[in-house]
Amino acid sequence: MSWNSALLFLILASSLVPGVMIFFVKEESTALRSTLNMLGASVKLLLVGALIWGVYQGQTFEARLSLLPQMDLVLHADALSLLFVGLSSVLWFVTTIYAIGYLENSPKRSRFFGFFSLCVTATVGIALSGNLITFLIFYELLTLATYPLVVHRGTKESLRAGRVYLAYTLAGGALLLIGVVWLKSLAGPLDFTATGVLSGRTDLDPDTLRWIFLLLIAGLGVKAALVPLHGWLPVSMVAPAPVSALLHAVAVVKAGAFGIVRVVYDVYGVEFAADLGVMMPLAIAAAITIVYGSVRALSQDGLKPRLAYSTISQVSYIALGTAIAGPIATIGGIVHLVHQGLMKITLFFCAGNLAETLGIHRVSDMNGVGRRLPKTMAAFTVAALGMIGVPPIAGFVSKWYIGTGALAAGQGWVLGVLVTSSALNAAYFLPILYRAWFKPPTGEWQERLAPSRFETHWMLLAPPLVTAALALAFGLFANMDGSALTWARLIAEREYAP
Amino acid sequence: MTPLWSALCVVAPLLAAVTQCIKPRWGAATSIAALSLIVLGGLGLASALIESGAQTIVLSGWSPPLGIVWRIDGLTVTMILMAGIVGLPVSVYAHHYFSSSTTANRFFWPLWMLLLAALCSLFLSNDLFNWYVTLELLSLSAVALVTLAGKPAALAAAQRYLYASLLGSLCYLMGVALIYSTYGSLDMTLLRAATEPNTSVWVAIGLMMAGLLMKSAMFPLHFWLPSAHGAAPAPVSAILSALVVKGAFYILLRIWFDLVPEAPPHSVTLLLGAFGAAAILWGSLQALRATRLKMLVAYSTVAQLGYLALFFPLSATGELGQTAIGGIVYFMAAHACAKAAMFLAAGNLQRAAGHDQLSALASTAQALPLSMFAFAIAGVSIMGLPPSGGFVAKWMLLSAAIMNGAWLWVAVLILGGLLSAAYVFRVLALSFVDPGPPAEQEAPKRVARSSEWASLMLAGMALLLGLNAMPMLELMSVGLPAIRP
Repeated sequence: MSWNSALLFLILASSLVPGVMIFFVKEESTALRSTLNMLGASVKLLLVGALIWGVYQGQTFEARLSLLPQMDLVLHADALSLLFVGLSSVLWFVTTIYAIGYLENSPKRSRFFGFFSLCVTATVGIALSGNLITFLIFYELLTLATYPLVVHRGTKESLRAGRVYLAYTLAGGALLLIGVVWLKSLAGPLDFTATGVLSGRTDLDPDTLRWIFLLLIAGLGVKAALVPLHGWLPVSMVAPAPVSALLHAVAVVKAGAFGIVRVVYDVYGVEFAADLGVMMPLAIAAAITIVYGSVRALSQDGLKPRLAYSTISQVSYIALGTAIAGPIATIGGIVHLVHQGLMKITLFFCAGNLAETLGIHRVSDMNGVGRRLPKTMAAFTVAALGMIGVPPIAGFVSKWYIGTGALAAGQGWVLGVLVTSSALNAAYFLPILYRAWFKPPTGEWQERLAPSRFETHWMLLAPPLVTAALALAFGLFANMDGSALTWARLIAEREYAP
Repeated sequence: MTPLWSALCVVAPLLAAVTQCIKPRWGAATSIAALSLIVLGGLGLASALIESGAQTIVLSGWSPPLGIVWRIDGLTVTMILMAGIVGLPVSVYAHHYFSSSTTANRFFWPLWMLLLAALCSLFLSNDLFNWYVTLELLSLSAVALVTLAGKPAALAAAQRYLYASLLGSLCYLMGVALIYSTYGSLDMTLLRAATEPNTSVWVAIGLMMAGLLMKSAMFPLHFWLPSAHGAAPAPVSAILSALVVKGAFYILLRIWFDLVPEAPPHSVTLLLGAFGAAAILWGSLQALRATRLKMLVAYSTVAQLGYLALFFPLSATGELGQTAIGGIVYFMAAHACAKAAMFLAAGNLQRAAGHDQLSALASTAQALPLSMFAFAIAGVSIMGLPPSGGFVAKWMLLSAAIMNGAWLWVAVLILGGLLSAAYVFRVLALSFVDPGPPAEQEAPKRVARSSEWASLMLAGMALLLGLNAMPMLELMSVGLPAIRP
């Protein structure tokens, strides 16, 4: 095995090995556990850095293991996988810091961090998958690894949430499985290829391909929380804050959205899919989800449920951008994969801080909280404005590209969806900001003392500041080399046949 | 070398059984030695097969129809290896499980070795009467093993098992007699060349299959299984679910390959498939309703055996048939590892808690994370999720069904997987339930470390089967006779 293919396995191992070791760490050995966690996260960052450098130098990274006749386990690194790998390893690093701070002194931490690492392993596996079969394997692993995190608290409510979560995700996985087996038996090995492995195959029945597309998207749509397959997401909000952050920004919903991108671009090929006529229904489903999620978010008083519905809405921008057959919208959809991740994880970190430091769970208790937690709320404000699409924050860039892309592709109605959604985003985020900054403090939390010389534990404060800064930077310097936008452009160029 | 390797698989457990009758204290050691020799023999046979294809051994120089022939192909070797590899951890486990009660300990080892000898010679045999003999031996030793639990419930279950088993044998024997009276031979190779589609052959096959379906607990003839597998001591449950039922199904497969003279009518395969589907649904629903952990696992066996019956509608000639056969054999191997792991883990929980009522197991489950981990990994294979042997098997069966355009069976396969997830997670959720204040709970009893690792080993095996299926599939397909068009 050459160094290039070994690197891909090492990237997986850098979270798998610490994860398995952590299961055996005694509950009291906090230092050992944290060391393992941080070591794994740092090594992964370095390895991913090496990978990106290698790809930049023009090397190819691919590893194959034979699994079944004409079916290989393929790991490879292309521009799209690098985007997702980079995002998940950076966000894993900050979330690990946050989780260590958040779960200080709570029980069953070894179990938590063990599954946490397995979850990241599965996500990175999804990112590096080189064909649909490999993708499916890691997709199902992700379901299994996140279940223990959702039910972590062990209360009746969280166990129920776990059951709902499994019912949705396993059923989705089953649909995906049928789709993959069907497609494999028709079209042979399904290695992801830019512009699509199926495009140009004239020997396949278009109706069958439409059915398979429906199965695949339905299977992926469960995790991507496309309405009406989104029911698990608000329920699983009972999980601890770092889990919500990870589930909503990086792992689960992103795995679904990423899968949709892969299926549309690298399996069917965007132009071929448009010819089949399957893109319009997908765009409509995404548009409905965007508006529905925002409307539901309006009426939530709980902060985390509001963010959950906001996630449902925001993730579908990725599907929407993907479903508009035009290079500019593609850029918007793909870049939102990163931008939404950064903004949403910031919001969840901040919500966790409010709950952990002051015991605030509801929007109506947030009056004047900006005075007490100015840095946290500053990060929250940046992310919330970004979600609304205020320039120069990253969210604006995504919306701009999706909007102009839709116009370029002659789909003006998308603009209406974007405007409606942005207005709704403002309607549910701005009141929060108004309460936090301009209303006088009320509520019991005023008597609580700050736990450290910062406004909250530094491990809880640093992560949202970093991610908010990144969200701002990716918007401000969107045109510079190394930003998510330039990367997304690179991907979009490959996906459209010259 | 082939005669030596194959003889080893039968002689080693027999010798061990004799030794154990003389020296009961050597039970575990001799059993483990015998099992290691079986694994060695299986590996030896495997390498011989890969070098020179399927082999026949004429016992003591008398060729059929007078003498007896052993025929060794990929399926034989896979099954022998499965028995040996599953048997080893189970024996390690049994060593601790039975150490306290001396009577059970004394009888367990020789019976287990006898069962193993019968099973290995069953896999090696290639004639209908030899199968009858080995099947009888297998069933009798299995029934005796169930009684070792010593409780009235176990005795009643064992009795039921005995009657069902005898009835099955009788049915099978009648079919064998019919074939013998028509063709004057019992050797499968000769019969394959001789049988033609006529009434007496079909009646004989019908009788034999009915008997074997009874013995392999195929719905609706499964009624004896849950109580027997649920009441037996944990290592015995593992042996029964993982290996014994597979013995009968193995003969069923052979009959389907060699004896069935032409593609059977569609209605027959549909009926058999429908039984399988019913088993999957019924078994899973009962597992969902079970209040005891071991009953849940036993009903899961009923459900999983239903998948085996899906072989009949999916079996076909050509490449498609190869996929279905590969899927089924892989399923048997993966299920053997996973189910044995589940029963051993369940046994650990039962040992530690003193009972196996699901509603009161939470604190015990959390005191035994390794066993629960084993149960979880085995559960992944049972659900057919990747990466596991169960997934590979399900993948192949699904491929066969989809290529056939058999959407009914696709639905059954998928639904079965989801239902199994529902009952497996009933158990796994125990690990996460907040068990309440520790003062109210009785502290769980200690369970030997090796018992926990034994279950984890088996679960790991089920997982490994999912990582690289190619060598196994290649081994399986050596010399496998094609289904007749």
